[in-house]
Amino acid sequence: MSSRRSRQSTETSGITDNQINDLVSKLQQVLPEIRNRRSNKASASKVLQDTCNYIRNLHREVDDLSDRLSQLLATIDSDSPEAAIIRSLITE
Amino acid sequence: MASTAIANPVANSNRASTRKKKKSQNLRNQTQNPDNTTTTTTQWKSEAQQQVYSSKLLQALRNVRVSSSPSAPKRGRAVREAADRVLAVTAKGRTRWSRAILTNRLKLKFLKNHKRQRVVVTGNGRPAKKPRVSILRLKTKNLPAVQRKARVLSRLVPGCRKQPLPVILEEATDYIAALEMQVKAMSTLAELLSGSGSNATPPNQLGASRPSP
Repeated sequence: MSSRRSRQSTETSGITDNQINDLVSKLQQVLPEIRNRRSNKASASKVLQDTCNYIRNLHREVDDLSDRLSQLLATIDSDSPEAAIIRSLITE
Repeated sequence: MASTAIANPVANSNRASTRKKKKSQNLRNQTQNPDNTTTTTTQWKSEAQQQVYSSKLLQALRNVRVSSSPSAPKRGRAVREAADRVLAVTAKGRTRWSRAILTNRLKLKFLKNHKRQRVVVTGNGRPAKKPRVSILRLKTKNLPAVQRKARVLSRLVPGCRKQPLPVILEEATDYIAALEMQVKAMSTLAELLSGSGSNATPPNQLGASRPSP
């Protein structure tokens, strides 16, 4: 799909180790668990594992929140006054 | 300018920090760097993005309320799908996962008998194929553990099943930032909706911690 052949002539795949490590470290900084200053020490395996766990957690939170929102939506009968209030509060 | 944009918002990743400064800086970044994937990650943290998402989500949720069946689990699922769809729309199609979410919705609309599960690619028998980056003898990447985890990760992020590792990492970074924004926006919305009935909560809940159920 993504052919990065033309980037560098030395490697056939065109994607360097530095690039991968760069992306991994960037990902690591987003994760809340590893706030490791020396990010080279954290192995790629741990970063990937934590990423998977974190994404699963976020998915679960979104599911819980959407269940909660669906229950709350049921209790609001006339939507327009509340929606107008909420929109004005959000876009302050 | 791009490097400072990376450094500052990632360092100030706690939620109650300088929101106004980030908002003005990210609004400028949005107009100046449309293709830079590094600034899109910081854009998800901006308040403007959250407001855009919240208002679109509100409209989408109203449609869900009108058109869906009254049973609770199905409506929760419909809300989740609407939230994901709005998230993908807010991403403006720059990332693979957002395009994959929108394409999946279209597929499911046409195939009405298709059950709402993960879109499993048939014939993918996992014949120990290497990702394309492992031609070089790199230190960590050839470990089967890393490759296995990368495959699991590619299943979690929509649209990344067959992508090589750097693409997966990029998409995952953006996807995590987007999901965090989604959680924050939805929890704020839930607070507001539950608060409008009781008139107890103050309106400025955008930086507050998530409610415990």
